[in-house]
Amino acid sequence: MLNVGSHCAIGGLNIDFLINIVLLGFLVCTALAIVFTKNLLASAMLTGIYSLLTAGFFVVMDAVDVAFTEASVGAGIATILMLSTLKLTGFDEDPARHNVKAGLLAVCGVGVLLLYGIVDMPVFGSPTAPVHMHVAPHYIYQSMAEIGMPNIVTSVLASYRGYDTFGETVVVFTAGIGVLALLGASNHVPQSRVAPMSQHIILRVVSKVLIPPIFLFALYVQFHGDYGPGGGFQAGVIFAAAIILYSMIFGLDTARSVISQPLIRLLSAFGVMLYGCVGIVSLLNGHNFLDYSALAHDPLHGQHYGILLVELGVGITVASVMILIFFNFASRVDMVQEEQ
Amino acid sequence: MMIVVDVVSWVFIVLGTFLCFSGSVGLFRFPDFFTRLHAASVTDTLGSGLILVALVLQAGSEWLVTMKLLFILAFIFLTSPTSGHALAKAAIHAGQKPKTSDANEAS
Amino acid sequence: MAYLAQYNYWVVVVLMMIGLYVVVSHGNLVKKLMGLSIFQTSVFILYISMGKVDGGTAPILEEGISVYSNPLPHVLILTAIVVGVATMALGLALVVRIKEAYGSIEEGDIQEKDKQSC
Repeated sequence: MLNVGSHCAIGGLNIDFLINIVLLGFLVCTALAIVFTKNLLASAMLTGIYSLLTAGFFVVMDAVDVAFTEASVGAGIATILMLSTLKLTGFDEDPARHNVKAGLLAVCGVGVLLLYGIVDMPVFGSPTAPVHMHVAPHYIYQSMAEIGMPNIVTSVLASYRGYDTFGETVVVFTAGIGVLALLGASNHVPQSRVAPMSQHIILRVVSKVLIPPIFLFALYVQFHGDYGPGGGFQAGVIFAAAIILYSMIFGLDTARSVISQPLIRLLSAFGVMLYGCVGIVSLLNGHNFLDYSALAHDPLHGQHYGILLVELGVGITVASVMILIFFNFASRVDMVQEEQ
Repeated sequence: MMIVVDVVSWVFIVLGTFLCFSGSVGLFRFPDFFTRLHAASVTDTLGSGLILVALVLQAGSEWLVTMKLLFILAFIFLTSPTSGHALAKAAIHAGQKPKTSDANEAS
Repeated sequence: MAYLAQYNYWVVVVLMMIGLYVVVSHGNLVKKLMGLSIFQTSVFILYISMGKVDGGTAPILEEGISVYSNPLPHVLILTAIVVGVATMALGLALVVRIKEAYGSIEEGDIQEKDKQSC
């Protein structure tokens, strides 16, 4: 085996930390490039690169689940949403700046205060830092006995902090409703026109090859989240990404005839409801809200059922909200183009 | 046997790294969009491909890791030429012309 | 390497300052949202950096491994990322409507129009 692992050290720094330094350096450079680029299209593409770098950084920091989410959300969906907004609002930025002096002063003030605060932070990577002292050891050492799942992040996400995650799911759902309220009210009847990419044979063929594996991978991520990195949030976003890819290549109308808008709206509510119902069932069985031990005779089995259902609810809501948001943005773009 | 595998994977890693490096140099030094795109796609496809092959050799008896790496390899070979193609097509569509020696003389 | 012990936190501060500067001084609303997302990412980096333990691995239980990084920040940030993109989508939708109502997404132009209509 190659001797390149965490054992390898150059000048007193191990290789992980060197990668960390380089990645964060790239991040700062990309952030500066985003600020100083005049063309908003280029800035939007740079935010995609920025997200991908962040995802790489998360992997180095052992946060594989988070990296997964950031790669699919930040580099995928967020960039596409920004691009479709720019399509509607124009790609050029007014070079005039407001409050440059006051802004710089405020920013520097905040920076100095933060740097002053950082002096008291524990050394990076120290195992005795206060963060690792309170509840984390319980999660790491007891979760196998209490929840019975190898992936601690999933245990904490869906069971220990299930109430919190319920709130987050509701926020995602609410944001979906908000976008629908802002952009969706149009009675826009699409004219019959050719798909936007009918000329691009290579793109069509390759995406036809790729879309089924993406769906399959989303399902794998959804149901393998107990044992490896993954879970409802990531799976939902990946699922939505496949459908977004489909509608970009084959046209929004085709995608809409596959997945109707009312169905998507219904599903986005259904996911939240599934989550809440699991909580109510455990309430009715005489346990606390979202205490999955109530779902079966054996508490561990109950936890498994509960987490499976809850993650399914999260996945359905996230996927359908993302699809809903994209459809609304894309149909707005189509509408404006038709008007012109 | 182990040493052979190690040497082969080192060769692949060094080759892959060299291609990544030369690709990024090309990205900065080449004169127009299309040659730069060419440099970038070499990095994408062959550079990362060779490094992945080296990693497959190092995975050894862990067949799950090997399979995952092979999947990544397959997807990279599918997607990165496609994205290069899409970029080139978009550039032509936007009116970018390849810089040829004729154009240089004309200008 | 004591002077690099808090490198990650310095980067967090720098990114936060960059994001804040964009939000304060740029007039374009989409650019402001980009600045906001840089700001947001700096917070993510702060949390995830705090969760790292030297020599630890990803918090997925396995035989023969005893040191894991702290899973709690991972959970908090994982949900925050998805919520972040959902709220950003809401912000972008607002920007689209502002463009339709005012014909511009530059802060200066919008305030000008508001003054005229008063």
